[in-house]
Amino acid sequence: MAEVKARATRDAYGEALVELGAKDERIVVLGADLTDSTRTKWFADKYPDRFFDFGIAEQNMLNAAAGLSLVGKIPFVSTYGVFVAGRAWDQIRTTTCYSNLNVKIGGAHGGISVGPDGATHQALEDVATMRVLPNMVVIVPADFYECKKAVMWSVEHYGPVYLRFGREPVPIVTKPEDPFVFGKANLINDGSDVTIINNGPVLKQCMEAVEMLAQKGISARLLNMHTVKPIDRAAIRQAAMETGAIVTVEEHQVMGGFGSAVAEAVVQEHPVPMRFIGIQDRFGESGTPEELFEEFGLTAKHIVKAVEEVLAQKKGRG
Amino acid sequence: MDQAKIEELKAIAHRVRCDIIWALAHAGSGHPGGSLSATDFGVALYFHALRHDPKNPCWEGRDRVIFSKGHVSPLVFSLLAESGYIERQELKTFRKLGSRLQGHPNMECPGIEVGTGSLGQGLSVAVGMALGLRMNRSDSRVYCIMGDGENQEGATWEAIMSAGHYKLDNLCVVLDNNGLQIDGWVEDVMGLAPLADKWRAFRWHIIEIDGHDMAQCVQAFEDAKKVKGQPTVIIAKTIKGKGVSFMENEAEWHGKAPKRDEAIRALQELACPLEYFDF
Repeated sequence: MAEVKARATRDAYGEALVELGAKDERIVVLGADLTDSTRTKWFADKYPDRFFDFGIAEQNMLNAAAGLSLVGKIPFVSTYGVFVAGRAWDQIRTTTCYSNLNVKIGGAHGGISVGPDGATHQALEDVATMRVLPNMVVIVPADFYECKKAVMWSVEHYGPVYLRFGREPVPIVTKPEDPFVFGKANLINDGSDVTIINNGPVLKQCMEAVEMLAQKGISARLLNMHTVKPIDRAAIRQAAMETGAIVTVEEHQVMGGFGSAVAEAVVQEHPVPMRFIGIQDRFGESGTPEELFEEFGLTAKHIVKAVEEVLAQKKGRG
Repeated sequence: MDQAKIEELKAIAHRVRCDIIWALAHAGSGHPGGSLSATDFGVALYFHALRHDPKNPCWEGRDRVIFSKGHVSPLVFSLLAESGYIERQELKTFRKLGSRLQGHPNMECPGIEVGTGSLGQGLSVAVGMALGLRMNRSDSRVYCIMGDGENQEGATWEAIMSAGHYKLDNLCVVLDNNGLQIDGWVEDVMGLAPLADKWRAFRWHIIEIDGHDMAQCVQAFEDAKKVKGQPTVIIAKTIKGKGVSFMENEAEWHGKAPKRDEAIRALQELACPLEYFDF
């Protein structure tokens, strides 16, 4: 069998739920008329008694999940990130997070790579709205394997978890045997001039940027940080102290999201110049993922440019 | 139901009303109107219909109660004190820093299933609980206490729709139909009539009662237990502020605590024992 080179993180979610369903009777899955595209159909087909379609009514679905958790179930609520982290934010805040309930939230179709559907369906603010909630854990897996590990881990953890998935197949860059330690970044490449910190399925672009920088004689450290909250302050402090400049990369608004979380740590631990790759205060639009990555500045070329800017600033500080 | 039991429940309801005013007087803020309107069926629920063990609040076989109208916390905590979940003296800490008795109830307080207060959320949680209990093959029931104004929240109708769809006959809502909300009469602010027809259209069984007639309250809970294949809503016609003459049917008493002299007048009207005047 040919080696699989790319798969969507939503596929990993669907597969992980099926595996979890076999192991643990408490697992229930809730959907809102998007069963196929969230890949929860795989679970629904296998365990119809533990799947509930709530129709196009996300607010009710989120609180029903809270109710299920209160009688011992482990509900996985699954719909598009925009609908769950936006429309049902109040329910997540005031019921699930305030009472610290064991609800797992899958936000599918994160980022602009959703493509042709355009702005209404591209979740670009979900990491920010989920990260601000007390008790909430936020994880954005980079690829298929990392996503599967994140979903499996979420059952071990008591409390609300937001997991964000993408629609498009993305290159598989991690290995099944790579560690998934909650809250801890993985070092992909060591370097001394600058640190690129990636969050989510843009890891391949970061790896390409590291290679391009090496050709220019720039030694870039690359960290892959799947956990947005709690953020890995130790790795960030070390990166700031040892490389003196940081560039964050995310498929999300740069305001309030992953880059902001890193910046909050940087200014408290060891302030250094930073740049933020992500969506710059714009709504998305229709296009192919490749076109959108170019238009919104998320390619390796853009990362290299940000690194050069931040290095100039680092040098200027003397 | 014999008359002696009804009289006993009425006596409890009277003590609960005294406690509501007493707790509010100590707190200096809070919501008397809806607390007093929901007192009679609240007492019928806790002291007749409900299967629970106040000494073991997390007993798995218990029925669940969700106060979607979480602002009636003075009533909730008074019911919990009267039932024995908490000490009555703790009511004096209501709404004070560090207290388990928050302005709107949360899970810090024994007997509270989930934090509520943001209107239009409780019924959805009750739907999830009822679904889960059915999966667990449990015969526990889920009760959800709602206000009528809450029906203006769109998410409430999502919950009503789903409970009907999933035929949750282990779910019983009591709708405190006092007709008032903060800004005035419900029908003037955002009319809901015909209320019963709306719920009926979403496949619910409807029971309409006088929410201050203890015998009717008790009977309604008994009747609801017998309904199969659909959830039940008990629409309880009530008077906001019931029992305190100057609060009755006055919207302004929705979320305003009585000042010291007003609290004394209210307690005098209720013929409360002297111990209630210690604030």
